[in-house]
Amino acid sequence: MAVGAEAIFGESLITTKLDSAISWARESSMWPYVFGTACCAIEFMSVASSKYDISRFGAEVVRFSPRQADLLIVAGTVSYKQAPILKKIYDQMSEPKWVISAGACACSGGFYDNYTTLQGIDSIIPVDVYVAGCPPRPEAFLDALLEVQKIQATQSLLDDRAKRNFKGVLDV
Amino acid sequence: MSNTFKERFAASYTIDAYGAFILDKELILKALQTLFEEDNYTFLVDITAVDYLHVKTQPERFAVVYLLRDQNFQNLITIKTYIDSSLATQSVTPLFKSANWAEREIWDQYGIHFKNHPNLKRILNHKEFMGHPLRKDYPITQGQLCHQTDTLMDEMTPRLKSKGYTSQEDLMFLNLGPAHPASHGTIRTFVALDGENITCAVSEIGYLHRGFEKSCENHTYNQIIPYTDRLNYCSAILNNIAYAHAVEGILGVDLPERAKFIRVIIGELSRIIDHLVCLAAILVDMGALTNYWYLYNPREKVYDLLSKLTGARLTNSYMRIGGMSHDLYDGFEHDLNVCLKEIKQGISDTLKLIEHNRIFHDRTQNVGIISKEDAINRGLSGPNLRACGVPYDLRLTAPYYHYETFDFDIALGSVGDVYDRMMVRFEEIKQSTRIINQAMQRLPGGAICVQDHAISLPPKKEVYSNIEGLMNQFKLIYEGVKVPPCEYYRAIEGGNGELGFFIVSDGSGTPYKVKVRPPCFYAMAAYPRMIEGSMIADAVLTLGSLNIIAGELDR
Repeated sequence: MAVGAEAIFGESLITTKLDSAISWARESSMWPYVFGTACCAIEFMSVASSKYDISRFGAEVVRFSPRQADLLIVAGTVSYKQAPILKKIYDQMSEPKWVISAGACACSGGFYDNYTTLQGIDSIIPVDVYVAGCPPRPEAFLDALLEVQKIQATQSLLDDRAKRNFKGVLDV
Repeated sequence: MSNTFKERFAASYTIDAYGAFILDKELILKALQTLFEEDNYTFLVDITAVDYLHVKTQPERFAVVYLLRDQNFQNLITIKTYIDSSLATQSVTPLFKSANWAEREIWDQYGIHFKNHPNLKRILNHKEFMGHPLRKDYPITQGQLCHQTDTLMDEMTPRLKSKGYTSQEDLMFLNLGPAHPASHGTIRTFVALDGENITCAVSEIGYLHRGFEKSCENHTYNQIIPYTDRLNYCSAILNNIAYAHAVEGILGVDLPERAKFIRVIIGELSRIIDHLVCLAAILVDMGALTNYWYLYNPREKVYDLLSKLTGARLTNSYMRIGGMSHDLYDGFEHDLNVCLKEIKQGISDTLKLIEHNRIFHDRTQNVGIISKEDAINRGLSGPNLRACGVPYDLRLTAPYYHYETFDFDIALGSVGDVYDRMMVRFEEIKQSTRIINQAMQRLPGGAICVQDHAISLPPKKEVYSNIEGLMNQFKLIYEGVKVPPCEYYRAIEGGNGELGFFIVSDGSGTPYKVKVRPPCFYAMAAYPRMIEGSMIADAVLTLGSLNIIAGELDR
């Protein structure tokens, strides 16, 4: 039995919280920027192709301009040489934005515990979802996408993500 | 074939225990010139250095090693020179253009100076990096933060001057990469544009430098296999094979017949999926998206087969020193035939769309041309070199695993443009299918690993039921396969060309040094010159057609 506005206008109207409405819209229209550097990027190609088909989750509009994207998928090893570029791209994305760290290298440096490899991208930029695997299977990428959707569902518009207290090693 | 080098330098060289010609560093340029001009050693395979800090028997701490092949690609010669405390030697860039980046890499990694090098600066490590990481006294985990990327103007300005540009006012500068949709990974090309035409281009690599060679010095021989997967990750198993093949060469073992045939079958399947991803990606770059699905779906099918066989889709680590981890599974042949059928279908669907397509022809023909002579001098190999019409394929020039007994053709181009490089790959997929079919017919039974307790792990039954087996397993895992002291180079035909490993062993279970000869590295070095004078859209296709894989390029 509907009450309030719904009772008056019937089925032509639904009342909900603004946060819920926005999150609902966001969840299924993520625009990912794939920062693909290595093997994981090849697996991302599978995620985008017919068999796994990322468009089932509304995230097939892969943008190669950070300014048009709201989901950064870091797929692959990030070296110290690459780190300032990753940071620049993250900074160029407008809020709200989310980050998936895909694969062992992006999460922790993986088995490249040596002089070239950044030991986890979370020392440069904040990360929302970590995906294990070397490389992760396409299902794991899709699972991470669902995890981001869960985060979005719980977030309020009033939370200003930009004000998160993140300070990476390249932030001065 | 002439022997001018041996005659002229007979008094100057000595031959070491491993067959390398040792010369004084002052004679290197002259010796290589003689080899190049008189004896037709026109193909510089690779240059690398060795740091003998922990080897007391060597006369000097550093040595530089040159590997050359003759014009028929039949003979390989190793020239070695010791570098004294001045840490400087002559550059061979006047002879081989391919030496440019190779010498830069040695400077970057070992700190050896090359006199008269046109632009001796770091290549793999970033410009804020201090020290030389492949020196034995550089700690493996000592990373250094990078804050700023290189502007590359130090390379661009002289390049512009050499082309007659005195002012930069009319030019627009543009970075293609390192984060660019068409840069296929993390490659950066910095171009000066006059309108839409590229007047000058310089490339910067190293964004995916992951310290492969340093990591090798820290792991046992078998532990390195997973690292090799991640060199050219589009054909991981071919890298496994190339590496295992080199180590087996030092050990002097001959694989059981079944192992050889399995390596041929899985290796050729890897070559196919390597070419598939290259072609799929370049067609996307061209705007022909439908072909991506046609070519990528068969690759998915092969992933299913590889998952069943090895447990992993992409980074399979299937090979071991002396064989492979396990035999083919029941029903493999059926799955393989399904894959081959789908591949055939994918290829024919794609070719139907592009083969007689005017737009495709206009975009690819006479674009990104490299001449035969230039390609050899710049060290191109594999499909990229064959597209220029040079019949260099290690499966034929230096056959291994009975390749000489298979009936297959070498695909050759004639112009050396994007079109030829693509069509050579299409044809090679068909030829690889032929090889696989023949190999399946001839596949013998028997062991898949060398029957030697010092190399192959014992069967699990032995490990769990008797102490000898357990000890055997324990020793091999903890200490690694003991490889006799040697300096050795051996190569196979990888997805992108000559994929070789130069290994220095010291008798222990860990290599003293491993240097991979990555075919992409030399193709990428040639790339900036190939795109000068063309348009940006052509540069994108040229890069795609060279199939640059960052993992292999930067290691």
